[in-house]
Amino acid sequence: MAETALIDVKEHNLLAALRGFFKTVLKQEEISAILVPRRLPVTPTVMPTLVTDPKHLDAADPLSPAFPINAAKIVSRLTRRESGGKVAAVMRPCEIRAFVELVKLKQGRTEDLVIIGLDCLGAFSNRDYFQWISEDADACTEKFCSVMLTGDSSGGSRELASACRVCEQPVPAGADITVGLFGVDTAGRIPVTAQSAAGEDLFAKLGLRVGEEPTARRKAIEKLVAERTAARDAMFEATRATVDNLEKLTGYLANCVNCYNCRVACPVCYCRECVFVTDVFDHEPSQYLRWAARKGAVKMPTDTVFYHITRLAHMSTACVGCGQCSNACPNDIPVMELFRTVAHRTQQAFDYRAGRSLDDKPPLAEFKEDEFQEVVGIEA
Amino acid sequence: MSEFEPTIVAFFCNWCTYTAADLAGTSRLSYPHSIKIVRVMCSGMVDPKYVIKALLEGADGVIVSGCNPGDCHYINGNYKARRRIKLLKEILPQFGFEPERLRLTWIAASDGLLLSEIMQEMTEQLRALGPSEARLKMVI
Repeated sequence: MAETALIDVKEHNLLAALRGFFKTVLKQEEISAILVPRRLPVTPTVMPTLVTDPKHLDAADPLSPAFPINAAKIVSRLTRRESGGKVAAVMRPCEIRAFVELVKLKQGRTEDLVIIGLDCLGAFSNRDYFQWISEDADACTEKFCSVMLTGDSSGGSRELASACRVCEQPVPAGADITVGLFGVDTAGRIPVTAQSAAGEDLFAKLGLRVGEEPTARRKAIEKLVAERTAARDAMFEATRATVDNLEKLTGYLANCVNCYNCRVACPVCYCRECVFVTDVFDHEPSQYLRWAARKGAVKMPTDTVFYHITRLAHMSTACVGCGQCSNACPNDIPVMELFRTVAHRTQQAFDYRAGRSLDDKPPLAEFKEDEFQEVVGIEA
Repeated sequence: MSEFEPTIVAFFCNWCTYTAADLAGTSRLSYPHSIKIVRVMCSGMVDPKYVIKALLEGADGVIVSGCNPGDCHYINGNYKARRRIKLLKEILPQFGFEPERLRLTWIAASDGLLLSEIMQEMTEQLRALGPSEARLKMVI
């Protein structure tokens, strides 16, 4: 049974309350370190930071709309082998989903890890974030929270990143401990809930005041999920129409320069070495001339569409929709829209949802003898 | 006007379908020359990349063919192939590739006749469909 406690928010300072909670977690003997989004010195950049000294938590900012990297890959680095210690990781819902996918691919472990998930208020694109942030970063984060939680945009606002606008899973499923924000009076008390055995273990030691989750949270989540799902479906429809033949797809990807940033940023692009940077694609100069001679013209660098469709074949069933691909694109190609649209269909085809459960095997890691008969044969 | 002759890239498993193609030949059965056979050890080793690349380079159709379920020389390669083809059949139509352009069949080593019929049929389907967009348009 999920157990809930309430944390007091003093003087309307939500960030301070969360920092205090993280300090309490870090104080536990069994927790060696806490991984948390933290502001870096000099710049307002927020990066996942592995903290052992509680004073560094004063710069922790898990609510900032900065999302420069999907931390699933970081948590994978921390857990892929035994570390000799236990880490608490503060993650966004899409980061947790991506991490679940990596665990299934044996690129991460859930032992010695406690995942703390917050209701996700979303993030800006990297570009927007740096245009928006000002010197008083705490005040900026506060303003952002009030826009997202109460709709009060008097302090000025920006649109969320495209991925966040269509994110229908803003609640941290798969976390060991969750912190609720939606529908919660964040100037009063915020609910913290243990969601797993590991979460309950830690929870019992934190000495928090037991309470009840505000009923408004469930309702606020339902409303948000319904809005986001509608936005998502509209995005799917628009994207489908934009790429429904090869010529249109070529147009969609025309600004791609094969930098492969999207797959570097992708948390579930799991290959240790991408085939597109191996000798396989280190073509002989004469090869290019032959291609050009056969087709009359060949765009350089070659294999752009090939790269994207291959990546779709590799990771679309694991796509969690975090949008880091779009964030990483130097030429503003709407990569997330394309990948999520295709991924939605491939995941449906295998009755799979990326990040849903550690128990679902990745679709291409298993088979049944009696399935998909309809793809065999040459009848239309 | 001469009739359009499609190009079909065929990935045939060494143990069943390729042997069936051999049998078709020694039995003096004919099949269309539109088909370009690539012999692979198992349908389960056909990387989705091979299919994607063939289609993007202008093949009008791709066929992957292996042993019947339960007969795979490597026990279960054909089941894995089936999942991969299923995956491609979800991805490729979203970019306008018609379902006729990608086929998966099981053809046993003794079934030279079936092979000849299937190749005939697929060729006719693609002839009716016309050349692939990848052949006509510039693909980056």
